[in-house]
This record gives sequence, structure tokens and C-alpha cells, in this order.
Amino acid sequence: MPQKATGRVAYVNARLIDPATNTDTIGGVLTVRETIAAMGPDVVRGGVPADAKIIDCQGACLAPGLVDMRVSLGEPGEDHKESLRSAGEAAVAGGVTSMVCLPNTSPPIDSEATVEFVARRARLIGLAKVYPYGAATQGCEGKVISEMGLLSNAGAVAFTDGILPIADPQVMRRALAYGATFGLLVCQHAEERALSGGVMNGGDHATRLGLSGIPREAEVIMLERDMRLVKMTGGRYHAAHLTCAESLDVIRRAKDAGLDVTCDTAPFYFALNEMAVSDYRTFAKLNPPLRGEDDRRAVIQALKDGVIDCIASDHLPQDQDTKRLPFNQASFGAIGLETLLPISLELYHNGHLTLLEVLRALTVAPAKRLGLPGGTLAPGAPADFFLFDPDRAWKVTADRLKSKSKNTPFDGRPVQGRVLATVIDGRTVFEHHG
Amino acid sequence: MIRAMTDDYGYPHRHLLGIQGLYPWQIKDLLDRADAYVDQCRSAEKKSDVLRGRSMVNLFYESSTRTRTSFELAGKRLGLDVINMGVSSSSVNKGETLIDTAVTLNAMHLDVLVVRHGDSGAVQLLSEKVNCAVVNAGDGSHEHPTQALLDALTIRRRKGHLDNLHVAICGDVLHSRVARSNIYLLTAMGARVRVIAPRTLLPSGIEELGVEVFTDMRAGLKDVDIVMMLRVQNERMAGSYIPSIREFFHFFGLDREKLALAKPDALIMHPGPMNRGVEIDSDVADDIERSVIREQVEMGVAVRMAVIDKLVLNAPNFANGAA
Repeated sequence: MPQKATGRVAYVNARLIDPATNTDTIGGVLTVRETIAAMGPDVVRGGVPADAKIIDCQGACLAPGLVDMRVSLGEPGEDHKESLRSAGEAAVAGGVTSMVCLPNTSPPIDSEATVEFVARRARLIGLAKVYPYGAATQGCEGKVISEMGLLSNAGAVAFTDGILPIADPQVMRRALAYGATFGLLVCQHAEERALSGGVMNGGDHATRLGLSGIPREAEVIMLERDMRLVKMTGGRYHAAHLTCAESLDVIRRAKDAGLDVTCDTAPFYFALNEMAVSDYRTFAKLNPPLRGEDDRRAVIQALKDGVIDCIASDHLPQDQDTKRLPFNQASFGAIGLETLLPISLELYHNGHLTLLEVLRALTVAPAKRLGLPGGTLAPGAPADFFLFDPDRAWKVTADRLKSKSKNTPFDGRPVQGRVLATVIDGRTVFEHHG
Repeated sequence: MIRAMTDDYGYPHRHLLGIQGLYPWQIKDLLDRADAYVDQCRSAEKKSDVLRGRSMVNLFYESSTRTRTSFELAGKRLGLDVINMGVSSSSVNKGETLIDTAVTLNAMHLDVLVVRHGDSGAVQLLSEKVNCAVVNAGDGSHEHPTQALLDALTIRRRKGHLDNLHVAICGDVLHSRVARSNIYLLTAMGARVRVIAPRTLLPSGIEELGVEVFTDMRAGLKDVDIVMMLRVQNERMAGSYIPSIREFFHFFGLDREKLALAKPDALIMHPGPMNRGVEIDSDVADDIERSVIREQVEMGVAVRMAVIDKLVLNAPNFANGAA
């Protein structure tokens, strides 16, 4: 168990960026042990208690730690691909202070014991905080809903079958309705499997590569179905990693109709399109697949409009053995914890979103939706934040990433935005050197 | 023996992985070279020793008789030592990965590796891991470049040219690598290509490949110079793309009556093996006047000789190897 932070620390001379309080100002943050005590332009050298240790941020941006609401961890069961420790190291290097992990582990997170195991292991490691999703159905098998109430009491923050869709409409109906009893959120991977069955986006590019396509309709149809079930049950619903223009229209209409619906996307879907799988590059084999350029633009537009609420890394580690294969046989997924910030900052550098808007989707929006502490610099919040330089240029190099698995489609990509230091519960858990 | 390393307008690559992206003069180079080998194959002494001492492996992950035999003959007629590796006889059955197999074969200093694999892109993946020339003998639904070349050679010898011919490709376009390679080759050479199939057997976005799409075979065959039938892959029809063979033959099988709509001198082609009564009527398939199906097989050997010869010439270490 890591040492707890003690005393007072003043982080001064920073550019504070806190979307939760609409703050973008020069100032500082004062922490007392594990909590933020004050923040704003008045926290300056000389204006803080005499016993406070002073850290000069030298003008760097200081923002609440990123809350990554979609991460696959290798533990328990697949720790050769990623362990809680390696994921934690990757997270803090990427400015992520809270990760919400999917239940598709072995065994799946569908019992109080597994929920507690994951939370305890993460606490012992003391890097990024880990909050588990509970399996929406027992064993993530899509047949019988899990003990949502008890799992929630044990610490599950929301319910999903993770990388699997809740396919049966009756089961989804029950999960939404039963979840609504306790005010629980159901998170869906929207994919109609009877229609998908392919390995990349359907269309002429798939036809040229001779690969079977996953049509956009597989995503859109599942979402449309779910919207009707949300309306029918009064459930709370979140759609994960949306990729298509038409899906976003479905969410837009649902929000207009007043349904309790939110959604997220991952950096892959606004930074890349289906051309990334040319030459059978399996590191860009994702589910849902990278779509066309029109879809990529629609995702950016939806982030601007606020139709997409959150950005999550969709971190899914795969080792060489499952990726260095013919495209058909290779596994889906890519890592994303360490590239979450710089790729999301492309939205800012390209003039689509303000810095405050980019960070809102990465901090307070997911924290609020999942009811997590953190995601803000407001006094009373946990001292989870990070320092970064939004302009500093660097090149993504897969081998230098901290994740055990190196399956990133961004290898070699020049990016801007460097995490300089990460603080969790008042402890500095990461510092960038060089 | 002194030979030019490359010529400016020839086929320039180390491997033959597909037709897509090739320039017309590069395709023409291979066809011209193949033309010369047709005569060698027809003479009594079929074997030359231009590539004596070179070795070639046929690595077939999918069963094949005619393509493998054709490559084997082509290699032997050029003087190479040829070894066949089928799935059943290799360590593939023992779970060795494609890349491990590549590394193993690479250590044996091959000159040419001919690969057929059920997954699109698998041959390219293999080519990235070996030093020898790699020929794609069919990968998934992606490409089958030597089939397209032999089809083009057959047409060119019969019609004298490829440009402005109207070619109809009929049947299971969705799963067909032969269709894709032929579309790339024929459109590159200036032919007008139509595809004819029910909607369930047309891949999405096929129009983007520069072809005209027909779902009515009669309309599609009207005034075409070439009717190219595709094999209905019974083993891949499990997803019920068509309701029955009977119905498919009724609407999309080639018979006398539908053929009558094509030009009177239209040629009938089929990559084989044929399913008589499924996609093609026996009567039509065996028509000596119209069917060039046997010629296609003959051209196959010549085309593969040309490809193997050219790739060995293009190998970066050719000069050293020949010394």
C-alpha cells in the first residue's frame, strides 16, 4: 500500500484548466493531504500557508486527471497482455488518474468478490484509480442479468458486457428496467452480430482488400433498438465508442426526446479512417472498425455539438501472437492510454474544440456520468490532477510506451501535448524527464 | 550468361502479390514474356535450363490441383527444383504460425515461393518476412494475379487486343479473387468490364472498381466479347447467399439461350474447376467454337513461367546468384 500524502502542497504559477468550473486562468492549486483545499488565481507564492511546500509549475497547464471510462485490463486472467501495474504505469504517463475497466476478464467481473479483487489490487499498486464495470449479465453471456444491486454496493460503477453487445432485446430490456430500479447506468457496445461478422468497415475498401465488411447498419440498428427499449423502460443508457454518422443522429434524436442517454467515442474514430488498415495493418483492426472519412468528420462534428459527451481510450491490449497474423485471424483492439491526451488534443490544435471542451470530454463528463469522485479541481475534490504542455511535440514510438502490449495504430505519428507530471490523492506518481 | 537487370518498362517488382496498382506496360511486359513461352511449351523439348540450380516451393494452404500443377510444371520447365508443400504434409497442421513457416523456409535459401492461402493478405504478410520472390497463387477473396494474366493472355491471343473489349464477369463476385484480379487487369488495359450477379453475391462498393453492375444476366450479356464465368463456391454458400442451385442456374447459369445475346464470336471462359449445371451448361462449356477453357489452362503454364523468370531476374541478388 503506497504512503499517503501528508501536509500541504501549493502548485503555483500554472494555467488552470478545469471544465467543471469553467476555469481557464493563471493561478494555482493548494492541496491538503489527499484533497484539493483551494484553487484559483489567488493561490500564489506568498499567498499560501507558510508550512505549504511550493511547487512552481512554470506556466504548464494544470487540469483534473483524465477519467478514462473504457479500458480493458489484463487482470485477472490475461496478465501477459497487460497487468494492473503496467496499465497503471501507462495511465499515469498519459495523465489518466481514473480508469474504468471492462468486465471481460477471466473470470468476468460479475461477482462481488471480483469487483473487490480488482479494486484492492489497484489500491495496493497505488497508480491510477481503477473502477470496475460490473457485468450486465452473468458471465457476460447475455442471458441472465447479474446481481446489479449487490455489485453496485460492492463498487461497480455501471453495467455492461464490455466488448460484447447485450444482444437479446429481452435481456437488454430487463437490464435497463432492473438497473433503473437502483438508478444504475447500462453501457452498451452497439453491434448487431448477426449483421457484422466481418473484420473491417464494409464498403469498396473492404472489397478491394478482399476482406469481409462490418456494415454501419450493425451499429445503427442496435442503437435504434436500444433507444426504443430506453424509452420503454425509463432506463439510463450509455453507448460506447460510436463510429458512424447515422449512429450519432440516433443519439441526437434520443437526447432531443429527453431520454437519459449519453455516448462516447475513442480517439481512433476521430483521428483515423478505414484507410489505416490498408496493407492489412492488423494494429488498426478494431471493433467497431475504423469507418469512412465522412464518418470521421461526423464524429468530430458531434464532439463539437455535444452529441458525444465523452472521449475514452478504448484501451485493449493484444500481444504479438494475436496481432502478427493474417488480417482475418488477428484479434481486434488497440492500446490507447498513453495516446489518449495527445490524439484528443488534435481536436484543439486543428481548431475543432477549445482546450476546455477537449478536457471536459476527458474529465468531468465521464466522472459525472459514472458518479465518480474527481474530474474537477473544485475544493473538496480528491487531489487528482496532472501537468502538461499542450504544444510540446513528440513522436509516438510503440516500443517506448509503458503498456505491456504495443498494439497501437499511432506508431510513428507526430503529436503535440506532453504530460509533465501526474498527481493522485496528493502523491506525485509520474514525472516526465527530458 | 549476361542479361539485363531490368528494362525501363518491364515488370519492376520483387514479388507478384496482386494486379491492383500495376501499370498497363508492366502487365504487358508479363504477357509478352508469356507469349514467348507458349511456343516452348508446345515444342517437343519443353525444358530449358535458364534457371537451373534455383529452387522453388509451392506452399498451398488451400487444396488445389490445377494451379499447383501449373506452377510446378512452369518451374520445372525453367529448370528450377520444385518442391510441393501441402497443408496436410507440413508443420502447418502442427500449429506453426504463418510467420514461423516463413522464417523456416527463408532459412532454406529459396528463390521463389508460391503461396496460396485462405486469408486475404496472408501472402503479403509472408512476403514481408522472406528474402525470396513471392508469387500469390490466390489469397482469400483478395487476388489471384496469375489467373488474371492467363485469362488476359488467352483473350489477347484470340482477339488480338484487350482494349475496348466488353467483358462480362458472372457469378459469385463477392467471394472471388479471380474476379477482383481480372477487374483490375482488364480495366487497366482498357477493356470495359461488367459484373453480373444477384445482389447477395456482389461485394459492397463494387462500382468503385470501375465496373458496370448488372443483376439481369440477359441485359448484362448483350453484345459482350467475352463471357467469363466464375465458379460457384458451394463450400462458401453456407450463409445462404442464394436460395438453391436450381434457382441460381435458372437466372445466372450460362446456357445457349443466354449466350445468344452475346456477340456471335464471344468467347466463353472459366477459371475451373467447373460445376456443370450450376454456373455453366455442359453443352456450352464443351463448345469448341466458343469455349476457350482448355486454352486457359495451357496459357497458365506459360504465364507462370514468365512470372517466375521475371521475378528471379528482379531479385536484388540476381547478379551474385548467377555469378
